[in-house]
Amino acid sequence: MEGNEATVDLGGVRSRARLDLLEEEVKPGDYVLVHTGFAIRRLDPRDAQETLKLFDELFSYSEDVGE
Amino acid sequence: MWESDPFRLRDPARAEKLSRALAQLAPKRPVKIVHVCGTHEAAIAESGLRALLPKRVEIYEGPGCPVCVTSTADINLAVKLALEVGVILCTFGDMLRVPGTELTLEEAKAEGADVRVVLSAADAVRTARENPHREVVFFAVGFETTAPGTAAVLLDRPPDNFSVLCSHKLIPPALEALLRENTEVDGFLAPGHVSTVIGADAYQELADKFHVPVVVGGFEPLDILYAIALVLKQLREGRAEVENAYPRAVRPGGNARAKELMDEAFQVMDASWRGIGTIPASGLGIRAELSRFDARKRFAIQAAPGEEEPPGCLCPDVIMAKAVPTDCPLFGTACTPLSPVGPCMVGTEGACSIWYRYGERPRL
Amino acid sequence: MRKPLSEERITGLHGAGGEFMQRLISEVIVPLFALKSAGPLGLEALDDGAVLSPHRGHLVVTTDSHVVKPLEFPGGDIGRLAACGTVNDLAVMGARPVAVTLGLVVEEGFPIRDLERFLTSFASVLSELGVAVVAGDTKVMGKGELDGLILATTGIGVAEEFVPDSGLEPKDVIIVTGTVGDHGMAILAAREGLPVEGEIHSDVAPVWPLVERALSIGGVKAMKDPTRGGLAAALNEMARKSGVGITVREEDIPVRPEVRGLAELLGISPLNLACEGRAVIGVSPDKAEAVLAALREHPSGREARIIGEAIPEHRGKVVLETGVGGRRYLEMPLGDPVPRIC
Repeated sequence: MEGNEATVDLGGVRSRARLDLLEEEVKPGDYVLVHTGFAIRRLDPRDAQETLKLFDELFSYSEDVGE
Repeated sequence: MWESDPFRLRDPARAEKLSRALAQLAPKRPVKIVHVCGTHEAAIAESGLRALLPKRVEIYEGPGCPVCVTSTADINLAVKLALEVGVILCTFGDMLRVPGTELTLEEAKAEGADVRVVLSAADAVRTARENPHREVVFFAVGFETTAPGTAAVLLDRPPDNFSVLCSHKLIPPALEALLRENTEVDGFLAPGHVSTVIGADAYQELADKFHVPVVVGGFEPLDILYAIALVLKQLREGRAEVENAYPRAVRPGGNARAKELMDEAFQVMDASWRGIGTIPASGLGIRAELSRFDARKRFAIQAAPGEEEPPGCLCPDVIMAKAVPTDCPLFGTACTPLSPVGPCMVGTEGACSIWYRYGERPRL
Repeated sequence: MRKPLSEERITGLHGAGGEFMQRLISEVIVPLFALKSAGPLGLEALDDGAVLSPHRGHLVVTTDSHVVKPLEFPGGDIGRLAACGTVNDLAVMGARPVAVTLGLVVEEGFPIRDLERFLTSFASVLSELGVAVVAGDTKVMGKGELDGLILATTGIGVAEEFVPDSGLEPKDVIIVTGTVGDHGMAILAAREGLPVEGEIHSDVAPVWPLVERALSIGGVKAMKDPTRGGLAAALNEMARKSGVGITVREEDIPVRPEVRGLAELLGISPLNLACEGRAVIGVSPDKAEAVLAALREHPSGREARIIGEAIPEHRGKVVLETGVGGRRYLEMPLGDPVPRIC
């Protein structure tokens, strides 16, 4: 990371992204969402787990109401 | 490393459960859900998700391809700037082959115009710094995910030879225009990355005014199925709320910093959307304080007004979510990515281009 | 004392038919080939043509030109590619490769050492298979008139029963002999200088050893090598020409993780990228498991998989059952995403 730019690793290929739009601090090793050369959000892997929990809630709900 | 990426939500067992949940939640009547994001459509097509939806549920791509809805007038302006005024015209690659009234940017390039593909607004500024004796214009196309990047460079003391042809557009007004024209839309799947910037709250007014559920969805196949399920759940429960199904990337208020930058650099204006017409307060223009970087002001040229699409082209209906690509008589015959007739077949986020490349069909 | 030819560069004289060309051919080129004849008159005679003995069965012929850029890439070079490309075309017709001819078109100034290296790669594939190089031709074009080197080949093989690409019938099982997209991705990565961690290797290799095993089991109804346009192109052509539909399962198609990752990043599909060491084989259902087992016995066939089957519906189309259980057509690609791939 240098100034307002960082090197990002996109699945094995390196690229650069600007950090101007980020609202929080990021450090090497963090996941970020990148769009047209700008990082727009830091992503937390724990949130992926949260999402899976949401799915499970839905499954129970739909089993209850389903036809 | 790639395989262990925690954000890849693609496991088939959960997909099957979601598919069953969708069947259990679907009402007896037909349901029409609209999304407005090329990336969503590509994800749906790539995973063949329509085959997992219950028979009565259909999902359409609305105006989700910024390249497809850029007005012909703006394309003509870009071509003129490149060919007649002789600027270095920096553009996203997708815009190269979109038909203008006479020439595409690619054709202009073949005739000697200096048209260069960039991946970001920052690249365009770099081009300006590397070519101090040339005028460099960035053709700024995109929705609220891309606009903050343009704002950031405009506010970061760009060089004097740099200017922006601003053609950015806003999603919520387009959703409203769609609802006014299209009375059978039952719910929306809101775009993930636009919502990262504008926030889930941005759709509240729409949900309240038109009484339609709006669910913000992510881009993995499971994210999309889940978001659709939430729309169906709301319909079943008679609710019309904004729900965030992509909380890992979207917050209620979005990205305040990005919104601040957009506000500082741009003002909201009426804009002309190809295939739709003028939508009030749906576009961004550069503020007076930054007008010296506004290509529309710097160069005293007029653009030729846009024209109708060629006969048979169904792009206006596809863009307004009234038709799917295979409804168009030209799809796959006269109109292919190699010889596109309308904009939807050109942009990588256009429904027709996606359906053609991925072999997507309404139900396989 | 004459400088060894290997240290020189190609000049116009080397293609002019005279002394210089004779030296190049007899001192550099011909010695590289282990097998030089497949009948009464072969390469050593340097006659106007070669004479082949008659063989039992059908004669199968193929022709190919190789213009790959870059000339060398991880996993191989133009020589290896030209040899494999030729013998693989014969193999997927069901023919045992017997002889090849080689036409060279070289740019003036091309280092002879490099030419030697590429032709050595070419020769080594053929000697491994017991295939003779029986005839050749050499031409030189002026500097700038040609991009380095073109290798043009003709391959001759023999088949007792040849196998077309149009022989599929509903219920026939589709097998692919290994991972797909490797060659295309290797070329793209090498050409674009993509900053990838670790190298992506081309799969360029002869497939006859695998095909031979399959043919010995029996039940092989159709074959194709998935070169330009990749697996998607090969399957679509087989479906179209056979007048059947084909259904394949995405999760059964073997793809190396690094190829998958890079392809996703670049927005292209590994199914559209060329392979140069694979075969797609359509087998009658009763022989499918046996053919699969036979393929897997060979080191280059360990990752062979059954990926789908021919169906009576969706004639001429390929249906892809996606990783999450969805369905769409796997379309014929518009073109290979990578120009000058082979």
